[in-house]
Amino acid sequence: MTFRKYLVLAGVTVFAAAGDSMLSHGMKQAGSISLHHLQSLILAVLNPWVAGGILLLLAFFATYMTALSWADLTYVLPATSLGYVMLALVARFVLHEHVSALRWLGIAFISGGVGFIAGGPALTKHAHAEPAEREDEPRAIVTTADTPPFDSAQGRLLAKDARNRAPSGVEL
Amino acid sequence: MNSAYAWGGIVVIVVVSVIGDVLLARAMKQVGDVGALWRRSGLWTVIGRVLRNGNFVLGVTAMAVAFFSLLFALSWGEVSLVAPAAASLTFIGNAFAARIFLHERVDTRRWIAACLVAAGVALLAG
Repeated sequence: MTFRKYLVLAGVTVFAAAGDSMLSHGMKQAGSISLHHLQSLILAVLNPWVAGGILLLLAFFATYMTALSWADLTYVLPATSLGYVMLALVARFVLHEHVSALRWLGIAFISGGVGFIAGGPALTKHAHAEPAEREDEPRAIVTTADTPPFDSAQGRLLAKDARNRAPSGVEL
Repeated sequence: MNSAYAWGGIVVIVVVSVIGDVLLARAMKQVGDVGALWRRSGLWTVIGRVLRNGNFVLGVTAMAVAFFSLLFALSWGEVSLVAPAAASLTFIGNAFAARIFLHERVDTRRWIAACLVAAGVALLAG
């Protein structure tokens, strides 16, 4: 995980939360939409809050897809839930709304869950993108006395590979 | 009866959005590291490769279906039931699906995280 990748994950969180709140603010201004008055839908899209919300949600989708290209789904998804925490904090400290004790508990749960994930590896298996390669049998690791596995760049790769294939629950 | 409809809607939303998430995750693993691909062959190659991926198209379709099922379910049930129940059950469903279909190593750490996040989302949105 590089700094740039953490930036992408932060983008996933911020764009989702900001996009959702702009969209809901705009839709409340635009009023209710029904299937019988589809022109009201077009008017709603012209509302700057709605348009901005849609743009931010597109940015969310782009960052989400980027994150999924190098991290596990079970790693990226909890990051998206941090957006709920951000919204609650904005409601409390910017909008000065009341946040109930149950909601604070929810914030603690989500933050704890994300902390659990962030401490672990982003991609647990198959470092290669090609699906065909994933189905292959793991290559045999041959070590001889004169080529210790931690000696070369390849050796480090082997060690990393071994860690990735460790049985669940085992921390190496 | 109304609540049966609402729970039916919740189940449909959860199943369809889990399918969508798994398809999108698989598509992006097939495309490969987007950042590296962008540096190597430019943004248009990345966009083209993503849009031409069959799993991506199916995944987006599933997400759209999930979104419209959410709209329908919201008209059958209370917002305070449907939205948090669907969101938090999706986290649990995704952990199962990622393990089965994406072969991700969902270890104890990730199970605890999925359950904590699901509980937290339910509490926050409720």
